[in-house]
Amino acid sequence: MSETAEATAVVKEPREPLFSSKNKKLLSDPLNDDNPITIQVLGICSALAITVQVKQAVVMSLSVLVVMIGANLIVSLMRNLIPSRVRIIVQLVIVAALVILVDQVLKAYVYDVSKQLSVFVGLIITNCIIMGRLEAFALANKPWPSFLDAIGNAAGYGWILIAVAVVRELFGSGKFWGYQVIPDAVYDFGYFNNGLMILPPMALITVGIIIWIQRSKNTKLIEEN
Amino acid sequence: MEYINIFIKSIFIDNMIFAYFLGMCSYLAVSKTVKTGVGLGAAVIFVLGITVPINYLLENYVLKEGALIWLGEEFAEVDLSFLSFIMFIAVIASMVQLVEMAVEKYAPALYGALGIFLPLIAVNCSILGGSLFMQERQYANIGEATVFGLGSGVGWFLAIVAIAAIREKIRYSKVPAPLRGLGITFIITGLMGMAFMSFMGIEL
Repeated sequence: MSETAEATAVVKEPREPLFSSKNKKLLSDPLNDDNPITIQVLGICSALAITVQVKQAVVMSLSVLVVMIGANLIVSLMRNLIPSRVRIIVQLVIVAALVILVDQVLKAYVYDVSKQLSVFVGLIITNCIIMGRLEAFALANKPWPSFLDAIGNAAGYGWILIAVAVVRELFGSGKFWGYQVIPDAVYDFGYFNNGLMILPPMALITVGIIIWIQRSKNTKLIEEN
Repeated sequence: MEYINIFIKSIFIDNMIFAYFLGMCSYLAVSKTVKTGVGLGAAVIFVLGITVPINYLLENYVLKEGALIWLGEEFAEVDLSFLSFIMFIAVIASMVQLVEMAVEKYAPALYGALGIFLPLIAVNCSILGGSLFMQERQYANIGEATVFGLGSGVGWFLAIVAIAAIREKIRYSKVPAPLRGLGITFIITGLMGMAFMSFMGIEL
């Protein structure tokens, strides 16, 4: 991956400004060229399952952001202490501990959303984005770039999540954040909510279409087969 | 009868992939050929069939509120359910390690083909998801939990083998360039999900 090359360069220059162009790239790449969902194919499960409503999607993205920053920072600080044979288990334990924290906070402050997210909060532990970034980046980099990488990837994950949720909530129930946005007059005119949008298969198709749009704008991402 | 009902329901109606999107990462990455798809699918059935009952015992005799009562009256109030994530994932990670060693010893060809994805079963969401759904749905006894685990595994197996077969064929079709690979796989999975939705409401 291209980041590994950049990463070694970052490590070699200790007196680099905090927002050098390389560090900025860590933030901006995951938004488009190296998006965790559409390009790296990580973290699909939760991206599809909890995008029926915008509110759930936002809560989920924030939870992933928090867990990811924490996990990336801790693993990056401990990277020279973790023996490589047991690294998966060490990473799982760190992530699981952070997820328990997030889960308890969600249960305390936004109980209804936490109930709707059901098992998917727990599944942040096995969210491949987090494990993938820990393996590919945090284990080999200093805390500051890892921190930026976490923010970049969580943001890349979040915007796809929210984009899919906006489409599904708008067309599926005519609402945004739980409030009706399509006026009643339109319904009187014979407009119907597309019930299919709320069902699971449309999440897959919506992501498929986002990938289609993204790759036709950015032709270097097209796969051979 | 109850067992058959849970089995059918977990394969078709509550299918891990089409209804809950669990285990999508490895589903998308390993479904390029039917052979690797079958291997990973079998590994998932096996791991789910083992970890769900183990976690069921853990849940009911250690973690749940009042589950520790077999230790004595004074433990009746203890509620350890906040520890369930970390306990479940520990059980899963160690079981996966065992399966990995078994496959390496008895089927080295399969081990070579599965490569990095065997250890990644530990972070396959469908495995942890199986245990968490088991916890949420409160199955009545360990038999039901086992049947649920096996059924979910079979459902996952069916899904990955089906998509792998379709992807092998689709190589010969003219897919629009930006949709090639990932995009078309998503859309096909969506269409398959719609087909699976026709099983909804089946009750035995």
